[in-house]
Amino acid sequence: MGVFEYAPAPESRDIVDIKPSYGLFVGGEFVEGHGEPFKSINPASEETLAEVARAAPDDVDLAVRAARAAYDSVWSGLPGRDRAKYLFRIARIIQERARELAVLESIDNGKPIRESRDVDLPLVAAHFFYYAGWADKLPYAGLWRSQADKQGGTDPRPLGVAGQIIPWNFPLLMLAWKIAPALACGNTVVLKPAETTPLTALAFAEICRQADLPPGVVNVITGAGATGEALVAHPGVDKVAFTGSTEVGRQIARSVARTGKRLTLELGGKAANVIFEDAPLDQAVEGIVNGIFFNQGHVCCAGSRLLVQESVAGELLAKLKARMATLRVGDPLDKNTDIGAINSAAQLEKIRMLSDIGEREGAERWSPPCELPSRGFWFAPTLFTDVAQSHRIAREEIFGPVLSVLTFRTPGEAVDKANNTPYGLSAGVWTEKGSRILWMAERLRAGVVWANTFNKFDPASPFGGYKESGFGREGGRHGLEAYLDV
Amino acid sequence: MSERAVSQRVAVRKTYKLFIGGAFPRSESGRSYEVRDARGNFLANAALASRKDVRDAVSAARKAFGGWSGRTPYNRGQILYRIAEMLEGRRGQFADEVRATGASRAAAEAEVDAAIDRWVWYAGWADKIAAVAGSANPVAGPFFNFSTPEPMGVVGIVAPDAALLGLASVVAPAIVTGNTCVVVAGQPLVAVTLAEVLATSDLPGGVVNILTGRRAELAPWLASHMDVNAIDLAGAEDDLAVACAEAAAANLKRVLRPAPVDWTADPGTGRLTAFLETKTVWHPVGS
Amino acid sequence: METLTDAASLGATLHGLPGVDQVGADERAARLATRSIKTTAKAQAIDMAISMVDLTTLEGADTRGKVRALCAKAVHPDPGDPSVPAVAAVCIYPDLVAEAALRLKGTGVGVASVATAFPSGRAPLEAKLVETRRAVADGATEIDMVIDRGAFLAGDYRKVYDEITAVKEACGGAHLKVILETGELVTYDNVRRASWLAMLAGADFIKTSTGKVAPAATLPVTLIMLEAVRDFRARTGRQVGVKPAGGIRTTKDAIRYLVLVNETAGPDWLRPDHFRLGASSLLNDLLMQRQKLTTGAYAGPDYFTLD
Repeated sequence: MGVFEYAPAPESRDIVDIKPSYGLFVGGEFVEGHGEPFKSINPASEETLAEVARAAPDDVDLAVRAARAAYDSVWSGLPGRDRAKYLFRIARIIQERARELAVLESIDNGKPIRESRDVDLPLVAAHFFYYAGWADKLPYAGLWRSQADKQGGTDPRPLGVAGQIIPWNFPLLMLAWKIAPALACGNTVVLKPAETTPLTALAFAEICRQADLPPGVVNVITGAGATGEALVAHPGVDKVAFTGSTEVGRQIARSVARTGKRLTLELGGKAANVIFEDAPLDQAVEGIVNGIFFNQGHVCCAGSRLLVQESVAGELLAKLKARMATLRVGDPLDKNTDIGAINSAAQLEKIRMLSDIGEREGAERWSPPCELPSRGFWFAPTLFTDVAQSHRIAREEIFGPVLSVLTFRTPGEAVDKANNTPYGLSAGVWTEKGSRILWMAERLRAGVVWANTFNKFDPASPFGGYKESGFGREGGRHGLEAYLDV
Repeated sequence: MSERAVSQRVAVRKTYKLFIGGAFPRSESGRSYEVRDARGNFLANAALASRKDVRDAVSAARKAFGGWSGRTPYNRGQILYRIAEMLEGRRGQFADEVRATGASRAAAEAEVDAAIDRWVWYAGWADKIAAVAGSANPVAGPFFNFSTPEPMGVVGIVAPDAALLGLASVVAPAIVTGNTCVVVAGQPLVAVTLAEVLATSDLPGGVVNILTGRRAELAPWLASHMDVNAIDLAGAEDDLAVACAEAAAANLKRVLRPAPVDWTADPGTGRLTAFLETKTVWHPVGS
Repeated sequence: METLTDAASLGATLHGLPGVDQVGADERAARLATRSIKTTAKAQAIDMAISMVDLTTLEGADTRGKVRALCAKAVHPDPGDPSVPAVAAVCIYPDLVAEAALRLKGTGVGVASVATAFPSGRAPLEAKLVETRRAVADGATEIDMVIDRGAFLAGDYRKVYDEITAVKEACGGAHLKVILETGELVTYDNVRRASWLAMLAGADFIKTSTGKVAPAATLPVTLIMLEAVRDFRARTGRQVGVKPAGGIRTTKDAIRYLVLVNETAGPDWLRPDHFRLGASSLLNDLLMQRQKLTTGAYAGPDYFTLD
């Protein structure tokens, strides 16, 4: 019969209309930026997609002023039920334009269309729906101000203007995680998308216009680190929310220390995915694959450290390698692609550098046979065995499709190794034994513990880290706290 | 009539030492400082803690964390209530020590009573805060999903001046949820006497460690310590608070900044939740 | 493996298999179902699927006339297009085997007969063996037996095992497909254990369902069985086939099963001697889709034979 070869099955990109250049979205209008414009490229082909404005400090100032004006004149006084309706509108428009946004996300980011279509976009819409419902129920959220006002009232109040900085790995989803709760709580926002993935945030700006959201409630400023710094430092910002690297998070924490600004940070991770000998092995293999190869491993909560019980390591690794050999790497717009393009040349360089270090440190490197496209940024799914806790690939966040495998003998050892990291964002546990799951879940120092599953997200479920993975939670009732004066 | 005429007895004075890991060591630096009452009369020489005492206190707190956070909430609540019981028995002594800081007798007694009541208030939270701060999350899929609050670990506390009530108001909420702490005391003598109460209340050694000395000298070491998870800056002045918040960024400590607080008011749950992490657990639901 | 077949160690072996997490298995099957098989791949898949069909009629109303028509269709699914491959086998009740054997002689299309008191299996072992031997004697090249689900659910694995080995012996040279009736086993853990039990007892194929119990074949159940045959070959070197049956009606369904095979057990199983689709109405849908690919226009049912 021959091998069953899947023919190319590309999603049409005709559905998106990318303009040659984009301005900043300030006060409900697209305006020119005063910085040197930059290019956003398709990481799968290196073609330039559009030229994007760079916000200079005075542009940041205009955006913060626009947000403040909207806060004072409209948004903070609007009844919760009306804020809710705007958010519901936005959620609906996202659903209506879901395919277009998914394709745009895949083009700008490099992630497979299967993920942008089946994971990112449904979660984006769900997040707006979820927080829309909270907007008129905040007094019921169990979050009270600790100091009552003169009338004795302790209902929570919005903070004011939120400056939000999001990363390039889930551009639109991170936007939703930031904007939906902020608006629901009555704040206005200035959002800076990542330099390499600004396009869906700019499409979201258009969606705000379609929804007739009052001008200035959402402002989108594009740029790189300097723009973000200006936003964080702006005295008109009451609240800073950042998702990104631990290093930048540290700088931001230092920067706001001198001010009264509220801060939430969602930073890096080096999650342990712990496989016990009595695990449902085939599902564990899927969990491992989903844990580290989802979104090319560009996931802060990626299960990048596989801790497998020694008694089952051989069998599990054989299954894992066989499974990895079926992963399809290539065109992000092909509906059968499992692993798309690495987001940028710089990120590819970092992944290569750390992988080379892993090899030099003595770990055994393996990748399935895998043909990579000649143009664009690509990295084959990679497995390191014989990894020790002391290796850099077991300690540092690689943020790519690279899995480090370590072994353990007892549950106690698994906990000790899992927790032996400055990070604490997520962890995985695989065992069919209920009492051991709960025992492990109690001891793992991580904000999210996935038991017999991995990389699951939901707007109703709080997400965020321990230790150097940041503070504050996004999602669920807990996610409101970041945007309320309590 | 002179004192000597009434009684020939010479009082046995107390040596005010630090409280680290359940023991009462002197400062490793060998330093002490004079503590005087509001009128300027000599009261005692208190230990002047050093950065190495901070270091020792943090390791004692870390060592105690696993055991303390692993106790049942019911047990922690019982121990906090026991602290209140022990305080009650020493009301007079505490009232005298608070008076020495300048308060009137009535004010000192009111503060001691309020402090005891505060320990009782927080004792009761031990097995309730998880029900209030946690949640079962209705996710859109076949998963059981719940969030529970968990202690952060070691909390550094720069205690406020409000002698006994302030101390109760910052220490009790930090430890009742399972954290351990290192306290830089505001008022040294009251703090050391409180340590004696803690030492006799079934509280495991190392859960609360109390340092006396200069806040401006000790707080930055706590704030920059990489094995401290959070810091309460209640008693830090502006510049010190900023410096500590900046230093805390090194390991992304959770920082509770100083704010005007009426220590006599209902404290709410803010100081409990400030030192709790939310852990969310997912599990499939299938047959 | 052979030494592990006394009752106690058989139980221990089956219960020592890794568990199956239902949600994870469902998720994996659902994700594979999103594979997009287009153009040349679709053409390849359709012909592959046709050649794997066990064209089935298992009705009380079946007659020799019905079987004759089915056999004709099996050999030439599309009389107007000789490039359409024949199906793998016809699947019928034992009393009609002789008729089918006569019609299919020399065509290469197999004669599969259900046996062992299909579909419930509630008959004495002697009766099951007589039925099996008779079907083989009449010309059946494949026997589709049912397991004793009651015994399996009661934990009497030894009884199930012994019945399979007895029927296997009665099959002689005919291939043995063992129907697990997964709709009655219900849990995926049971499906995995029953798969291993059947393979240990000598099954050449493991088959999901009789088609008389709902649910019949599903993607996740087939996924579990494909994992079982894959792991069994890794452990023993023997390659056992898989046959989902019942409820597979459309080309889209069939292609999803092929993707499942391709990415779970692997290409070694993408052959009619190791993968079958038990179906009846599926064949015409495959033919219609095949024509659409050839002509570019959507096909109509009146242009395909009803048998």
